Amino acid sequence: MDIKRRQFLKIAGLSTIAGLGAPAAFNLLLKGESSPVSFASSGSGSEAAHEAAPTGVRLGMVIDQRVFDANRGLARKCINVCHTVHNVPDFGNPKDEIKWLFEVPYEKAFTTMSHYHRDEKLHKSSFLVLCNHCDNPPCVRACPTKATFKRKDGIVAMDYHRCIGCRFCMAACPYGMRSFNWRDPRPFIDRETYNKEFPTRMRGVVEKCNFCVERLAKGLQPACVEACGDTGAMVFGDLNDSHSEISKVLKENFTIQRKPSLGTLPSVFYII
Amino acid sequence: MYDGKYIIPGLLVFLLLMVSPILFNMGNAGPVPKLEKPKGVTKCVESAQYMRTSHMKVLDDWRDEVLRDGNRAPIEVEGVKYDKSLMNACMKCHSEKKKFCDECHTYTSVKPYCWDCHYVPKETF
Repeated sequence: MDIKRRQFLKIAGLSTIAGLGAPAAFNLLLKGESSPVSFASSGSGSEAAHEAAPTGVRLGMVIDQRVFDANRGLARKCINVCHTVHNVPDFGNPKDEIKWLFEVPYEKAFTTMSHYHRDEKLHKSSFLVLCNHCDNPPCVRACPTKATFKRKDGIVAMDYHRCIGCRFCMAACPYGMRSFNWRDPRPFIDRETYNKEFPTRMRGVVEKCNFCVERLAKGLQPACVEACGDTGAMVFGDLNDSHSEISKVLKENFTIQRKPSLGTLPSVFYII
Repeated sequence: MYDGKYIIPGLLVFLLLMVSPILFNMGNAGPVPKLEKPKGVTKCVESAQYMRTSHMKVLDDWRDEVLRDGNRAPIEVEGVKYDKSLMNACMKCHSEKKKFCDECHTYTSVKPYCWDCHYVPKETF
């Protein structure tokens, strides 16, 4: 067989392209779908993504700001309970502060809302913020050690044993709900109220709200929800269960979420 | 070799000095750690031998099961239910860290950082 150099190169080139391209094309056609939520998309394009697939349990929370506005001390009570139950240290300086649940003004909580000609009431309100336990959590994607992960019930949890303190998750969280232990927290935990059933953290790990997994396992409500009692200020439950109390509250009220356009699908809702 | 009659005995003396601690302690592993066993309880979650060699693996497995899989089902031994927890199970019986954990950890020169976060009765505060 007589083959010229030119012909040989042509055949070799075409076979390479076919060999590389065929599996990719095959996979694309076989799956026949693209990823439901894309971080690149924002604005109107991502509106459809706000409805996550309703499968399994997805725990969420509704915060009724009307109740917190009417009862000014309630938010502080919730924060105290949360921080006591989880041995959150008080360094007494805002630079090192560790926060699981805390209050911020409207413009800090809802940065993507319009603040032009805002009504008077919102000027005075402060909103309780906590980890949103996103259905599409960017912190989990950022974590290089899988120290933070999403549980089957939707809770974004932390394994402090694995945290290497790189703080990628803090950079990834669009809500700023994560705190870093710059110092050893133990000496700054109140001895009197120390919860002996729950561990502290060590220097160099990131921490955040855990939706009280340890309490849920015992069949209790999260500590903050329990602190609200029957005021209805906080409702906790399964967002995917159409008969749950939280679903009922969400059906009956207009709610907003923090930075919904990012497509992180937060599980915390606010009634303004 | 020049001055071999000084160098070789000198080297031998040096060698003998260097290995003397090893020779001196030959066949002796030092004082064996004496653990204070919990009173009133005879059975742990696994056999004593298994716990001696693999308690760290047990703790690691518990941690992953509890945190990641949400499997907090307690372990039942002779009708007593134990949570999968260092603080809320192990340390309830083995309440004296200094007389139990530290005995072997010091002996084998390992420094686990469990207690940076987990509570030790009497010692944490």
